[in-house]
Amino acid sequence: MALAQELEVQPKRELEKKEESTTPVRRFVPNTDIFETEDALMVVMELPGVDREHAEITVEDNVLSVSGRIDFSKYEKLQPVYTEYNIGHFLRTFSLAPSSIDEQKISADMKDGVLTLTLPKAERIKPRRIQLK
Amino acid sequence: MAVRFADPFDALFRFQRALDQRLDSDWLEDVTTGTGAFPPINVFQQGRDFTAIIEMPGVRKEDLSLEARGNTIRISGKKIVHYGDNASMHRRERVAGSFDRTITLPVQVEASRIAADYRDGMLALTLPRAEIDKPKSIKVD
Repeated sequence: MALAQELEVQPKRELEKKEESTTPVRRFVPNTDIFETEDALMVVMELPGVDREHAEITVEDNVLSVSGRIDFSKYEKLQPVYTEYNIGHFLRTFSLAPSSIDEQKISADMKDGVLTLTLPKAERIKPRRIQLK
Repeated sequence: MAVRFADPFDALFRFQRALDQRLDSDWLEDVTTGTGAFPPINVFQQGRDFTAIIEMPGVRKEDLSLEARGNTIRISGKKIVHYGDNASMHRRERVAGSFDRTITLPVQVEASRIAADYRDGMLALTLPRAEIDKPKSIKVD
């Protein structure tokens, strides 16, 4: 799957909020890959600058919500001189088909700013092989 | 006098606006050895020194190489994205590939004292100003 191609920058997309916020902070949508294996749905999201403590993953009412917060304190004394990208917290939500995921067994791993979520499929929806007699 | 609450989000928003305003800055003379503009770079100033913060989520430290010579810094490497053998894609937004970018700073930096810190997909380069670049005050007799 990995092609030897020259990488291009993917500019950050801003989050279009459904609800209005009380503060004018801009949030961005993390680039996400979603793929399915035999046992699970994998969600891989790019959250550069977000570490374990600042990532929050919740599932409520069949909605998977991932938020990543940037630590702005290290930018406090820095004055921007030349910029190519903006910085902000990340947020993205997905609605899951009801009873498709075993919510208790969701696991997450974070490395180099990439969050990998493993959403194990509920037993009910795993494809069953039908044997030919 | 109206009571003002210290709004923690206000500083954040002002910072984001400041980043936006520098988007068209041509402070950095961009000379690329390869093609393309990945990874994106932000340059900040703190006092007389500079800090470059570069975003490259998913790039492993062992796949990243940095070279500094005089005023130029070369950032090269590759970003690998893999899905496993039996994966069926539902959505594909991440890209993988190689990158090779050289930037020329308009100020002299002390190449031997450049520090690089890479974590969570962000590379922070501390670029201390070279002694010869610092202005010397001239005494008037």
